[in-house]
Amino acid sequence: MELLERFARGDVDAFEALFRQYQGEVFGWIFRIVRNRATAEELTVETFWRMYRARAQFDVTRGSCGGWLRRIATNVALDHLRRARRPEVELVEDPAAPPKADVAEQSELRLTILRAVERLSPRLRAAVLLALIEEEPYEKIAEALGISVNAVKVRVFRGVRILRKELERAGVHA
Amino acid sequence: MNEREMNEMKRLLREALPPMGESEPRRDLWPAMLRRMDGRAVRVPWWDWALLAGAGLLTLFFPGVIPALLYHL
Repeated sequence: MELLERFARGDVDAFEALFRQYQGEVFGWIFRIVRNRATAEELTVETFWRMYRARAQFDVTRGSCGGWLRRIATNVALDHLRRARRPEVELVEDPAAPPKADVAEQSELRLTILRAVERLSPRLRAAVLLALIEEEPYEKIAEALGISVNAVKVRVFRGVRILRKELERAGVHA
Repeated sequence: MNEREMNEMKRLLREALPPMGESEPRRDLWPAMLRRMDGRAVRVPWWDWALLAGAGLLTLFFPGVIPALLYHL
């Protein structure tokens, strides 16, 4: 609590301590939304910068700043997705790679799905990525997005419905 | 859409976009944070720009003040 009080008063040492405590968590959260390491690092710094500027508004009596930071991080990531014309998705190598004959077909399918995901609005994309791919609890996603659990479920459902239509149009039947 | 279709979509998505899971930044980001804070600190405030603009206009309309300005620099 003392650390948070010092931070709220503008103590840079307290800010550094909080930064070091939460930078991994914030980075991981943003990385799961933007799926690009360099961008996630840049947005992590932006998140803490916004946190530092808003330090006077932080309610010290609430205790933890993890939830507050995750909310800022989500807004920063969504702002980035809105600005970016195309998401910078990292194509992570799959250790259980299929035989060569299937590779072309698999990468085409993968590309089709990636394109369908990138056509989703940032709000729907974040909900789908966090809920279905990262399997984050709906309560945690709701807190980070500042909406109810039911609203998260609606976003995921809408996102999946749009994806399904997009994939059907591309000849993929889910 | 039923649960089976939802699960099938989830499987397709997870195959195309593998979960990132728990990840850490590759470097310590605190130096970048400090650079960001320092960059903000050395930013020229608006009144300095206003002063500069005023001095520029003054020398434009009254060139005679240039020697006096140079003397005071």
